Amino acid sequence: MNTNKIDHIISLSNDLRWQIGDEFHDNLAEGIYADAAEIVKDSVHKKDEKGAFRVDAKIDKIITSKVWGFPLMFLILAVVLWLTIVGANYPSSILSGLLLDTLHPALKGFASTIGMPWWLDGFLIDGVYLAVAWVIAVMLPPMAIFFPLFTLLEDFGYLPRVAFNLDHLFKLSGAHGKQALTMSMGFGCNAAGIVATRIIDSPRERLIAIITNNFSLCNGRWPTQILIATIFVGALVPASYSGIMSLVAVIGIAVLGMVFMFLVSWGLSKTVLKGEVSTFNLELPPYRPPRFWKTIYTSIIDRTLIVLWRAIVFAAPAGAVIWLISNIYIGDASVAAWLIDSLDGFGFLLGLNGVILVAYIVAIPANEIVIPTILMLTVLVTGISAGAGAGVMFELDSVTATGDILRAGGWTLLTAINLMLFSLLHNPCSTTIYTIYKETKSVKWTLVASILPVIMGFVVTFLVAQIWRLGS
Amino acid sequence: MEVKPKSACDTCAQFNADGLKKLGVNTSNFDYVVALAGNPNTGKSTVFNAMTGLRQHTGNWPGKTVTRAEGAFEYNGEKFKLVDLPGTYSLLSTSEDEEVARNFILFGKPSVTVIVVDASRLERNLNLVLQILEITNNAVLCLNLMDEAERNNLEIDTRTLARDLGIPVVPTSARYNRGIPELIQTVSELANGKIVCKPHRIKNIPKNIEQALEKLSAEIKEVYPDIPNSRWIALRLLEGDRNIIETLKTGEFV
Repeated sequence: MNTNKIDHIISLSNDLRWQIGDEFHDNLAEGIYADAAEIVKDSVHKKDEKGAFRVDAKIDKIITSKVWGFPLMFLILAVVLWLTIVGANYPSSILSGLLLDTLHPALKGFASTIGMPWWLDGFLIDGVYLAVAWVIAVMLPPMAIFFPLFTLLEDFGYLPRVAFNLDHLFKLSGAHGKQALTMSMGFGCNAAGIVATRIIDSPRERLIAIITNNFSLCNGRWPTQILIATIFVGALVPASYSGIMSLVAVIGIAVLGMVFMFLVSWGLSKTVLKGEVSTFNLELPPYRPPRFWKTIYTSIIDRTLIVLWRAIVFAAPAGAVIWLISNIYIGDASVAAWLIDSLDGFGFLLGLNGVILVAYIVAIPANEIVIPTILMLTVLVTGISAGAGAGVMFELDSVTATGDILRAGGWTLLTAINLMLFSLLHNPCSTTIYTIYKETKSVKWTLVASILPVIMGFVVTFLVAQIWRLGS
Repeated sequence: MEVKPKSACDTCAQFNADGLKKLGVNTSNFDYVVALAGNPNTGKSTVFNAMTGLRQHTGNWPGKTVTRAEGAFEYNGEKFKLVDLPGTYSLLSTSEDEEVARNFILFGKPSVTVIVVDASRLERNLNLVLQILEITNNAVLCLNLMDEAERNNLEIDTRTLARDLGIPVVPTSARYNRGIPELIQTVSELANGKIVCKPHRIKNIPKNIEQALEKLSAEIKEVYPDIPNSRWIALRLLEGDRNIIETLKTGEFV
């Protein structure tokens, strides 16, 4: 073997390193750039000075300016949300008409024709099928609009500008500026946002980004926010302003989420995750006209369908559980009723109620079934007739009818506001928890990321409830 | 499915369109490994997709590809495995993505390295290109985003560039599939040894460093006469790269 030779080479390299001094790196880099400049001089010619560079620079001057950067960001967020909310209404109602109003009775009819026992029929069709149908009807349309819009913004080159605008705030909170990108992804889906944190090199800052991603209001939670805001907050103002008012309320919650993200990042970086903020180069890429149809296609295949499939996989067992707890009786009341009863007192302290807490427990797998579960459980508890049996999730045709049921269940404006807050601040869904574990490979940090938001949710809703009750 | 724009090369005798099969993720039993390197946000993933027929998500922000992606295509009966490396500005630092890219080009011994550059930002991109050319002898420059360069009124003399760099240069606009047939043809010719490169080696290095490099590199060549990149290894030794010291002992890169 050449071991001696190699040892000699290594010791020689150590000696030489001393001789050439510590300017080695800079000198080398300068040398490479000098070569590059020579090569380019011979082969690249600029025909004139005008060109797209200037346009890019002009757009950047506005988009990343201190004055316009933030308002433009919120405006774009509002437009994307508005398009999602308004655009999703029609396909959503078509889908729910098809899956819930047509196919569900047909399946029930078929089950009774073949003489399926009531419990099997209830378990499979009212439990599993309905939960899945719900997730598809409620979730697919907004995702199919939100993800492509988001991807278009991404392809256009807007996201790095968002990171640029927010960099200062993230730096102040001791986090990495690229967290702005993962935060934006989280508005679509927290699990996707957490996978995206791989772009952050420093493990400390990556953990902060993972733990706080849940404060980005995700797709599964937007519909809840929008529905509750429309029923309770929109109703506070005259009808012609109620749309704007609800939108403002929803964006307010989303911004509040960002505030919590900064606060928690700051708290973590000052305590358990102490460390220097790492610097990084952020290249603002040129604006590129997105290839529209290709973007739509890939974002539907890559993001929408994958996220939807995952939601379905998790919603099916949740549907089964919901049906079971409302149909299995202990003594004279169903398991669901017992649970609700026992959680009512705690719920009251938080300005919520037992129904909401039970709904959040069974909806850990998929946030999008929270509202149907709440409706179903409210009907179960209040005993009002809404045409569906126990353990059957349903939606009402009109927002007004949904509001009537909720008010009959004792809901007030406080319940609504606290539900919106709790929807922002509670544990991530099971998919996200699983993703956090896969990315961090640590039970400890997975637990922190899962439990921290719930505790915050309890604290915030408790405080709001107490202050509210003092004032009224 | 979208219709791919016809390229003049589809009908050219040089390029054998019928001989091309995009194999997607099926990377088994390949004959050659092709690495795809380049600065962040130069369209590596788009080139990757165009060559393999895959639809890996691409996006207009630097750092999109965080892990290595693999795909394959078959051309004239030979199978090529394509590895999409994370985008880096340089190979000289210790960050994780640079290490992934550096180690793959050095130890993965790809038959061909495709270096994707942004044609409008050639000078800045050459920093990485010149470093890669220190490591490998078999490379092709994929001058991507030509459509943007044209919009910016840039004229690039690809022949002069190819002569100066000592490797083939293929202008492409991967999002419109322009130049991809030529790129595949060139990769195949490089892999088969029909094109032999004479890569540019960095010239403007201060004398004292150059002398140190020569001294070390001569010693390395004595132990490993067949390696093409003794100078790069000397460079890394001067940098004190632990990885290189270890592999020098085991001789893993030979």
